[in-house]
Amino acid sequence: MNDRYIRQVILPGFGMAAQEKLLAAKVLIVGMGGLGCPALQYLVAAGVGTIGIMDADTVSRSNLHRQLLFNTDELGQPKVKLAAEKMKAQNPSIQVQAYPYALTRSNAAEMIADYDLVIDATDQFMSKYLINDVCVLLKKPWIYGAVSQYQGQLSVFNLQLDSDSAEPIHYRDLFPVSPAPHEIASCEEGGVLGVLPGIIGTMQAAEAIKIITGLGHTLYGRLYNYDLLQASGYEINIVKQRDPVKIDQVFFETMNYDTNCEMPEEDPDMHDIEEINVGTFMQLRKDPNVFVLDVREKHEYPPIDFADAQIPMSELHTGISMLPEKSICVICHQGIRSVYAAQLIKARRNLTVYSLKGGLTAYFKQESR
Amino acid sequence: MGINVLFFGSLTDATAVAALNNVAAGDTAALQELLHQQYPALRTAKYFIAVNQQMIRENTTLKTGDVVALMPPFSGG
Repeated sequence: MNDRYIRQVILPGFGMAAQEKLLAAKVLIVGMGGLGCPALQYLVAAGVGTIGIMDADTVSRSNLHRQLLFNTDELGQPKVKLAAEKMKAQNPSIQVQAYPYALTRSNAAEMIADYDLVIDATDQFMSKYLINDVCVLLKKPWIYGAVSQYQGQLSVFNLQLDSDSAEPIHYRDLFPVSPAPHEIASCEEGGVLGVLPGIIGTMQAAEAIKIITGLGHTLYGRLYNYDLLQASGYEINIVKQRDPVKIDQVFFETMNYDTNCEMPEEDPDMHDIEEINVGTFMQLRKDPNVFVLDVREKHEYPPIDFADAQIPMSELHTGISMLPEKSICVICHQGIRSVYAAQLIKARRNLTVYSLKGGLTAYFKQESR
Repeated sequence: MGINVLFFGSLTDATAVAALNNVAAGDTAALQELLHQQYPALRTAKYFIAVNQQMIRENTTLKTGDVVALMPPFSGG
């Protein structure tokens, strides 16, 4: 070996053994933006043998303040093609595979199967859930990273530990269901200081190197939050869901990974919705003129037998026209999505619409008393 | 001296503050109700709760000095 890697090889605990593990490793980076650029640069320089990079985007001017791989004279060019060329010049001894398209349900399993671990450098919830679910199915670790204004989040999910036969901790243990469209302004960027994804993306590269070499302790089981303005970190120990979503092939094939960024055409906030308590709900549901609508996704627990129909939030747009001419009482897990669903229904149909306050959580709590 | 509450990420859009000190609440459900009254926009926000840096899944008794964190998901990249 030449002296390219000498400064890390001489580190205590590193040595040629760790360097050889890096050279043999295959890492897939999904997203070549603010997180993906620094993660890629450091992994290439460190000598990770094979790196796949996925992104359908081209370089735009507003990318340049945080995506330092790209230059002003490269606007409009495909990101992964540029990145792969530059990385070959940085370190000709490693392989960079460029995939100029997005990760989708139909290509995800095939893509990820070829790699040892995945770095999530995406900027959408649905991509994060897609990466999570495929990694769970294929038993691959992945490194989560995300930013929101001046703060960043980081964790390692689905690391396969020999000592633990239970299903590893993954993203759905933090947030079992993707936020409904109104819940987080995910598509609308709230703004970001370029250095923040630089920090988080670089930390993702560091976690990747630790997973590959076995050095130190990874963030598996911990969510790390970095606050740039306060220059402070905050860690939370993640607890496995007691009744976790079972991620199997059927779940994967029926899950909707595409609706996240769909915003309703109507402004649903215009419609005030009457939120009813559990007692009122118990009375109302006996009324034959009241139609109980469950808007939870199909995989959510527990199943219930007192809804007249289940139309998941993700399919509600097409389902509203099928609702009968009755008063509609919308229910969900916590009573949050149901308010939004009720507003959507009211915007389109001239019906009385209620939402069960506190959702099924409140219902089962009262029932168990 | 009560409970200390930390709001992360975009939750501060709803609260306008990053932390509250000396809040009186006996358990996390009571605390949540109090916060939702004080900051109605929190009701529709998505977050999980951690008590003393430990994620919780159900109502948890609180004692003086406990630190409760409300953590939303982030998606930017």
